Amino acid sequence: MAAPTVAPPSQAPPESRPRPGRRRTPRGRVLFWIGLLAASVLFLYPFLWVVSASLKPRTQVFDNALLPSTWAFGNYLNIWEVAPVLTWFLNSVVVSLAAATAMTIASSVVAFGFAYFRFPGRNVLFGLVLATMMLPTAVTMVPLYMIWNSMGLATTQVPLWAANLFGSAFYIFLLRQFFLGLPRELFEAARIDGASYWGLFWRIAVPLCKPALIVTFVFELKASWSDLLKPLIYLRDPELFTLPRGLKAISDQFGQSGEQQWEIVLAGSVITTLPMVIVFFLAQRHFVYGIATQGRKG
Amino acid sequence: MAARTEVRPRPRRRTSRFRDRETWAAYAFLSPWIIGFLLITAGPMLISLVLSFTDYDGLRETQAVGWRNYEQVMSDPKIRTAMFNTLVYAVLSVPGTMILSLWLATMLSKVGRRSAGVFRTLYYLPEVTPKVAVGVLFLMLFNGQVGLVNSALGLVGIDGPQWSTDEAWIKPGLVLMNLWSVGGTVIIYLAALNNVPRDLYEAAELDGVSAWQRFRHVTLPMISGALFFTMIVQTIAALQTFDEAYTAFFGSTASATYSNDAALFYVVYLFQQAFQFLHMGYASAMAWLLFLVIMVITFVQVRLSRRFVYYEGGER
Repeated sequence: MAAPTVAPPSQAPPESRPRPGRRRTPRGRVLFWIGLLAASVLFLYPFLWVVSASLKPRTQVFDNALLPSTWAFGNYLNIWEVAPVLTWFLNSVVVSLAAATAMTIASSVVAFGFAYFRFPGRNVLFGLVLATMMLPTAVTMVPLYMIWNSMGLATTQVPLWAANLFGSAFYIFLLRQFFLGLPRELFEAARIDGASYWGLFWRIAVPLCKPALIVTFVFELKASWSDLLKPLIYLRDPELFTLPRGLKAISDQFGQSGEQQWEIVLAGSVITTLPMVIVFFLAQRHFVYGIATQGRKG
Repeated sequence: MAARTEVRPRPRRRTSRFRDRETWAAYAFLSPWIIGFLLITAGPMLISLVLSFTDYDGLRETQAVGWRNYEQVMSDPKIRTAMFNTLVYAVLSVPGTMILSLWLATMLSKVGRRSAGVFRTLYYLPEVTPKVAVGVLFLMLFNGQVGLVNSALGLVGIDGPQWSTDEAWIKPGLVLMNLWSVGGTVIIYLAALNNVPRDLYEAAELDGVSAWQRFRHVTLPMISGALFFTMIVQTIAALQTFDEAYTAFFGSTASATYSNDAALFYVVYLFQQAFQFLHMGYASAMAWLLFLVIMVITFVQVRLSRRFVYYEGGER
């Protein structure tokens, strides 16, 4: 299946006919909706619990009340004083934007190479791209550290994003599928009009596949924002920490094994998670689109 | 390379020149990945392979030790523990995620498109939570005395276990916590379910087939591609679990003392060996064992998928 979405013409519009297996008895319908809503509560409640608990005074953190009986907004000021949260936040923003931008540009260029051109070695190379998905990051972890170390960059933020300048298998695969979905005549017509290969990519493929590029960008933004392993390996100076690395430090100092100041840990968790929740709501459509497309490749 | 083709005279052998030019352009487009493959994949793999036969620690002079690291890997009881933990976790969490996701997606496929969208959003939300926060939350939500999970269980009269300290319950707890982030898989399955042609269900209904048989003989084969895709991807990811386990149970001096062997995942131990004990040669040998395990498991899964997966358009 080349194109991301191929609906056979015979298929009726999804809403026009009753869906198969739809519960018909009233009792069945009620049970069905209870199931759906119960699942939603299970998924949502931990969020509410965390946000609510992060606004409670220390002694009430575990009281499991949905709303704090005493609001302790001060928790978010206190975390400020014990940890450079704003610096971490800005570090995370810079690193993840750099990572996502580099990844989107590099992967789309490479994906276009695989999608448009027919050339000797294409299948072998593409197989190699796919094979790298199996490679655990652990295999290259130590050598990459040595390489960055020899360049004097081992304790900077550069290793957190610079490798993305080479693209990555998962996104190359995803974007190639989208590029393959474009009608080839479009490119042939542009060729006849004298467009260069770069022109085909930049003026035709990129504008038409903007949603796919946004998918790549938000996926990698999320992946980079959440990454803990690389910051653990590379960042030593707390001033350079990203939020996940900072949250780990906060958790070690104030959490279960530390001073048990749970409200600080909770505030840290909210600060680390909230930006991604906001990004998700802004780019929701693209997240769903991107994820749904992956599975269709089988 | 543009200049190279510019100076050529307009030839008669149009196709072959075109091919030649196209090949150059193609490799130009691929160059970021090819350079990257050499610099950050193939090169480091080679280095890692060499390191795995040395006692490299970044400090002392490096010496070749032959197969000693690999012999040690095979006999290290901690590695056995870590591999066992990781496999148990994968065996519990991958089918768990798949079954829960399939159940949720099946339900969503039966409601109108608009409500499905709202629920889909709710289910996906936990997945944007960074795993480090998931690890932090695990300690609180699954706290044996005061955690939310045991309070909820208490409401229905169940005396919940000490999830975060009882060795027997740490892995099941982490699996449950991980079930919180099934949203992505739900979306994949929902898309697959919506792609099953309605006619098939109608034909089945005319034949008087039961709901279960419809699910078993129409739905499952039609979405088998999505099922196997998620199985393979999630198995590879589960075998490399690090963030949650490390955040919850490792890294600070105090936590090192309690019950962490039950949460010692393979990559956690590998990370400790490489960057805390600086046994980088040993860690490299460990990494190759992990690679081998992943390759074997993936290979078996792909072989199985040839048998069970139905591709609509025949061969891809």
